[in-house]
Amino acid sequence: MKEIICIVCPRGCQLTVDEANGYAVTGNGCPRGAAYGKSELQNPTRVLTSTVRLTGAALRRLPVKTDRAIPKGKLREAMALLDTVVAHAPVTEGQVLVADLLGTGANLVATREIPAE
Amino acid sequence: MYDLIVLGGGPAGLAAACRAWQEGVRRILLVERDDALGGILNQCIHNGFGLHRFSEELTGPEYAGRYIRMLGQTGVEVRLATMALQILPGQDGAPHEVHTLSPTHGYEVLQTRAIVLAMGCRERTRGAIALPGERPAGIFTAGAAQRYLNIEGYLVGRRVVILGSGDIGLIMARRMTLEGAKVLACVEVMPYSGGLTRNIVQCLQDYDIPLYLSHTVTDIKGHDRLEQVTVSQVDANRRPIPGTEMVFDCDTLLLSVGLIPENELTRQAGIEMDRRTHGAVVSEAMQTSVPGIFACGNVLHVHDLVDYVSAESERAGAAAAAYLQGNPSASLPSLRLDNGAGIAYTVPQRLHPGIGEAQVFFRVNRVTGPAAVVAENDAGETSRFRRLRFAPGEMERITLPANLVATAKEHITLRLEEGSV
Ligand SMILES: Cc1cc2nc3c(=O)[nH]c(=O)nc-3n(C[C@H](O)[C@H](O)[C@H](O)COP(=O)(O)OP(=O)(O)OC[C@H]3O[C@@H](n4cnc5c(N)ncnc54)[C@H](O)[C@@H]3O)c2cc1C
Ligand code: SF4
Repeated sequence: MKEIICIVCPRGCQLTVDEANGYAVTGNGCPRGAAYGKSELQNPTRVLTSTVRLTGAALRRLPVKTDRAIPKGKLREAMALLDTVVAHAPVTEGQVLVADLLGTGANLVATREIPAE
Repeated sequence: MYDLIVLGGGPAGLAAACRAWQEGVRRILLVERDDALGGILNQCIHNGFGLHRFSEELTGPEYAGRYIRMLGQTGVEVRLATMALQILPGQDGAPHEVHTLSPTHGYEVLQTRAIVLAMGCRERTRGAIALPGERPAGIFTAGAAQRYLNIEGYLVGRRVVILGSGDIGLIMARRMTLEGAKVLACVEVMPYSGGLTRNIVQCLQDYDIPLYLSHTVTDIKGHDRLEQVTVSQVDANRRPIPGTEMVFDCDTLLLSVGLIPENELTRQAGIEMDRRTHGAVVSEAMQTSVPGIFACGNVLHVHDLVDYVSAESERAGAAAAAYLQGNPSASLPSLRLDNGAGIAYTVPQRLHPGIGEAQVFFRVNRVTGPAAVVAENDAGETSRFRRLRFAPGEMERITLPANLVATAKEHITLRLEEGSV
């Protein structure tokens, strides 16, 4: 049995996960909490948000995210890779900058529209 | 001559302008001092926005983008890089004046029949002024550090201590860690955190950053740049306990000690203020003490969730439209919402008795376990709203039933009731 706090929404439910019993989750206020509790103990994942270099615009940084959660253990490696990414304006929101980031199946996408200067 | 001028192009101003347009108002101007719309959301690049409003988890810029595109579908006129300097309320139904300054239009006096105040908030620096010790470089508010990092691309330091456990500080602890800085500690003077529990988990615990509750910074050392911060435990009266000092070698101290609504323009205009929210006193229509002037978003009271900012601001936009379309309600209604035991503030502070049910935002002033908020009117009617816990860091929303509002004579009192659930 493990007690964890659900981070899926601001309610922050206190979950109890029973590893011995198929990772059954109790204390969740909604089904998303059950899914979170299961994956958090077996393969914790997080959505990564950061910025990359931007050229051709007044702004110097472009905000980005992974379009799905990636394994927690890969966050550092992903950050190192982001250091090498340069985006050029114009950029549309949702534009894929790196496909299948580190083989995780997640794409790195832009989160802000940047018009051409 | 405009029908409506919206001051501020953050989520509050965007939602109010869009909604007023949808309700049929046509001559609308939105004034924003920055070079882009979106307000503070542009620097909040993390996700967690929009779960209520869009049933999706968005980042700050994405959330702003939705509203910016919505505004683009309307005929609302937008002036960027334009600072509102002054508001002069019109007397006896005469138009209001808004004075603005911009590089393209210079100093202008604009006339309008209605105004929505949506200027947002700024960070408190009071904690900085009260800090003992030397005054080296390297001390920033968390939001300033966030702007440097996420907009300008500069990491403000390598070894960081954070004072205050507000959400912006927690978010920055994670952000700076991922960018290669070492966050040594998050220090909170209160016995509980000021931020959301999910942020304690995903921003501190995920990265093994210790949170010291009931602790504060008691000394700062460094000549040019910050070199050392001393942290001590505090007693129940928040006085440092000698002998509990911990010393951290660091080059950066971030302050995350709260936000404060930006209301210089509001005060100068002679609008009635609430000293608890630091915002204007409003009715359920978000109308201030000056007819035709409305307020919403963080300029009215500090919100933790942008989704609620949008909801409240859409109401302000709709109310401004109703006012312009010949439904002007004169000044503030007389029915008061009073704060009883345990309640820090409510918004709105006044209600029209005939409105039916009323949505009320409030904050409590202490942490509780299972408890209820009781709304009682002066005719003896009560309603109870139960929660598993209350915390000052989390804004609550309740809907007062129509009957409670309709039968009230002069006031409805909200109070926190513990242990009776
Ligand atoms: C640093 C910081 C980080 C935050 N992080 C989060 C978060 O992670 N999650 C969350 O839900 N909430 C967060 N918040 C709260 C957030 O501010 C609100 O959710 C929301 O952005 C408030 O919207 P708003 O439109 O009221 O204010 P803002 O977004 O602040 O917008 C106000 C706008 O008005 C403009 N303005 C002000 N004065 C004038 C003037 N005189 N003339 C012209 N324009 C003017 C400003 O430039 C600004 O664009 C944060 C707040 C701050 C300060
Ligand atoms: S279990 Fe559901 S309601 Fe509770 S915090 Fe998680 S997502 Fe939110």
